[in-house]
Amino acid sequence: MKPSARITAIFTLVLLVCLMLSCFILRHLDSLRSQATLEEVLYIPSPKVVKRLSLGYDGLLADVYWTRAVQYFGTKHHLDSQDYRLLAPLLEITTTLDPHLIVAYEFGASFLAPPPPNGAALAQRAVQLVEYGISNNPDEWRLYYNLGFIYYMELKDYAKAADAFARGSKVPNAHPALRIMAAQMAQHAGELQMARMMWTTTYQSTQDPNVRANAITHLRALQVDEDVTALENLISDYRQKTGQFPSSFADLQALGMLRAVPVDPFGNPYKLAPAGRVEVGEPDDFPFITKGTPPGYVPRPFKFRASDLGTSWR
Amino acid sequence: MAAIEILGLEKTYSVGFWRKRPKCALRSLHLNVEEGEIFGFLGPNGAGKTTTLKLLMGLVFPTGGSARILGKEINDPRMKAEIGFLPEQPYFYDYLTANELLEYYAQLSGVAAPERQHKVRYVLGRLGLQDAAAVQLRKFSKGMLQRVGIAQAILHEPKVVFFDEPMSGLDPMGRREVRDLMEELKRQGRTVFFSTHILSDAESLCDRVAIIHKGELQGVGAVADLTSSVEGKVEIVWHGSAIPPSVKGLTAECHAIGDTVRAVVREANQDAAIDILRREGLRIISVTPVRVSLEEYFVRKLKICEIAAGISS
Amino acid sequence: MSARVVHIAANTFREAVRDRVLYNLIAFALLMSAAAVLVGQISIGIERLVVVNLGLTAVSLFGVVIAVIIGISLVSKEIEKRTLYTVLSRPVYRWEFIVGKFFGLAGTLVVNTLFMAIGVFAALLYVGHGFQSGDGWIVVAFYFIILQFIVMTALALLFSSFSSPLLSAVFAFSLFVIGSFAEDLRGFAGMAQGLSRWLATAAAYLVPNLSSLNIISSVAHQQPVSTQLIFSNTLYALMYTGMALCGAVLIFERRNLK
Repeated sequence: MKPSARITAIFTLVLLVCLMLSCFILRHLDSLRSQATLEEVLYIPSPKVVKRLSLGYDGLLADVYWTRAVQYFGTKHHLDSQDYRLLAPLLEITTTLDPHLIVAYEFGASFLAPPPPNGAALAQRAVQLVEYGISNNPDEWRLYYNLGFIYYMELKDYAKAADAFARGSKVPNAHPALRIMAAQMAQHAGELQMARMMWTTTYQSTQDPNVRANAITHLRALQVDEDVTALENLISDYRQKTGQFPSSFADLQALGMLRAVPVDPFGNPYKLAPAGRVEVGEPDDFPFITKGTPPGYVPRPFKFRASDLGTSWR
Repeated sequence: MAAIEILGLEKTYSVGFWRKRPKCALRSLHLNVEEGEIFGFLGPNGAGKTTTLKLLMGLVFPTGGSARILGKEINDPRMKAEIGFLPEQPYFYDYLTANELLEYYAQLSGVAAPERQHKVRYVLGRLGLQDAAAVQLRKFSKGMLQRVGIAQAILHEPKVVFFDEPMSGLDPMGRREVRDLMEELKRQGRTVFFSTHILSDAESLCDRVAIIHKGELQGVGAVADLTSSVEGKVEIVWHGSAIPPSVKGLTAECHAIGDTVRAVVREANQDAAIDILRREGLRIISVTPVRVSLEEYFVRKLKICEIAAGISS
Repeated sequence: MSARVVHIAANTFREAVRDRVLYNLIAFALLMSAAAVLVGQISIGIERLVVVNLGLTAVSLFGVVIAVIIGISLVSKEIEKRTLYTVLSRPVYRWEFIVGKFFGLAGTLVVNTLFMAIGVFAALLYVGHGFQSGDGWIVVAFYFIILQFIVMTALALLFSSFSSPLLSAVFAFSLFVIGSFAEDLRGFAGMAQGLSRWLATAAAYLVPNLSSLNIISSVAHQQPVSTQLIFSNTLYALMYTGMALCGAVLIFERRNLK
């Protein structure tokens, strides 16, 4: 007198079939609608509307939008996109809902300001975002740092950068680099050491994996630039001494100018190129380098290395 | 072929949220009901009558045993087309009229479309509901709802009908009508299985009864057989108002009414009592055997059961 | 066999229609549409936008409330009041009962949505002084809303097949809220690691994907809807509903009725 086995079997089978098909269709739907939910952000007249509609659940909704912003950026970045137009509205809504979500401002500084494919090329909007953050969190040194960062890196307005760092250095518990950067901005703006200090500070000041990966990648590029410059200087010294270009790094070693075969930050040897130039073994490993690329090299859009997103620097 | 065969049907519930304790609602029940008889299923409240009916209707699944109705298994839809069921204190869709409700049930029972109207009308008339046919059920009184319940049970002319407390909520007139209906069903050759705790109804109607108490079957058989198993009593009436003490010791009840005394004595003590009365010189007016009622049998059986339970626990 | 399903569906439809709860909720939703007209007059220039947004959202939310409340009462109330006993003692399979109930309620909701849609379109006509070509997509939005109702009804039936009316309502409404954020849940699952990733992924696929059925804001801006989306959503809703109904049947088949 138990329930009919036949009916049980039939309905279990139908249930499993429906389950599998629904999962399958869901993936298809996701690909169809990958941007649709996000694009609704464009229809919102202002972030304040979202805050009002959130019925007091700002925090939760802020988290939802933050998650969407990170997802959006990650997806676009992965696809080497040129268009990040939703990033600014997403970050603005996130910070309107939760003005104390510092990581959102950091994200904006790192990825709103630079040009595609690494960002949305909205430096001024990034400035506005961070200024809004500062007005809501006046004791958060990271925000002043990020403001200065945008002025320095993208807008090349060294005066305003110095001003931002100076404001930030007065905040209790500020990172010591802020004062140094403020002081040295006038003279050493544009120099490699300044850039290195800045990327290192960025790396140390944030917890967000994307921002850190971005910082590491830039730091590696700076190292390569420095190495290539130094090596090319050595090569021109060699030429002056011997009247010709070295055929390999061994020649430089023979003269005591080098102790070992020079390697790049990944441990791959640099290559000696004709006419006294030095090149990296794999240019694709180093986005953002300004030296050491073969002639006619077109930089490929890059993605963050998985190891960078998960690990810590040296 | 037996209309209803119950073979060791059993139901145990596990009660409680954290530690599940088993609660036995029905111990292994063996029972047969023949075709064409009116069978009474008696017992006090909570004895397991409704549980048995729910098991037979397939509303609840047994934890042991099986049953067959009209030779077919319980959940067989072909069998269900030939049975009718009236649950205890029935309740129906508030917003339907009696007509619509019965039409709906007729559809579900597989009554062919052309016959439905006719059968519905007949059954409404038979139960005196023809004036209320177009009234929504939420306006019905309890008695009227009971009658609708009976109507839906017999609508499709089933071979076996199951009633759970069919008389509940009815006034004496209504109860009379239901009794007449049950006898009419029997005359039509149908089997009626009903549960009740009103013993007088069972006594007059049933061919056979079963008594159940605390989930266990206590006795099955024709009413006459059961009552005759109980020791008979005799009523002695004599003139006067004196009650000899030795007689008093033999009687269960004894009281004086006007200038006569009436005493009820066990059959075995009948001769002894008469001797005593003669010796006292009292004039005996009548000596009549008293019919043992089913209630008597019932109470006695239950008392034995309680005592047995008391001894074993 | 299928005739009984039809009879049960028809009876469910009749019962739901005569239940006054339905009318109150419909009246409320229509009131919202009227309110949209008023609000639209305050925000000049975006009256049509407000009417479409507010009207469709009202229909969607109140329709879900109707679907869940009536869906739950379909089974729970029947068991509580024992109207079920006289039905199941007839040659009716338990699965026919569930399926019939489902179709009856689904039919009720379709009819109700039709009425509410007429209300919204009437408001739109009034406020916009005529229809624009892009308004046709609003019909698709209503179709998706109906699909949403069907999914929620199936879920309500699933929960009420084993749970008390109150708990069933709580579960169903919770799934509605979570399902509206289903895409975000999948995004979160994509970013998580280890055990939480597995749990989030499982949840993200089991939860009804209501976010893709919500095209209200894009339709308010008269954006077209791709046929692929319509097709995929229809198929998904059917599969998910099938899943929930099968679950309801399997549970109900085994249930001991009080």
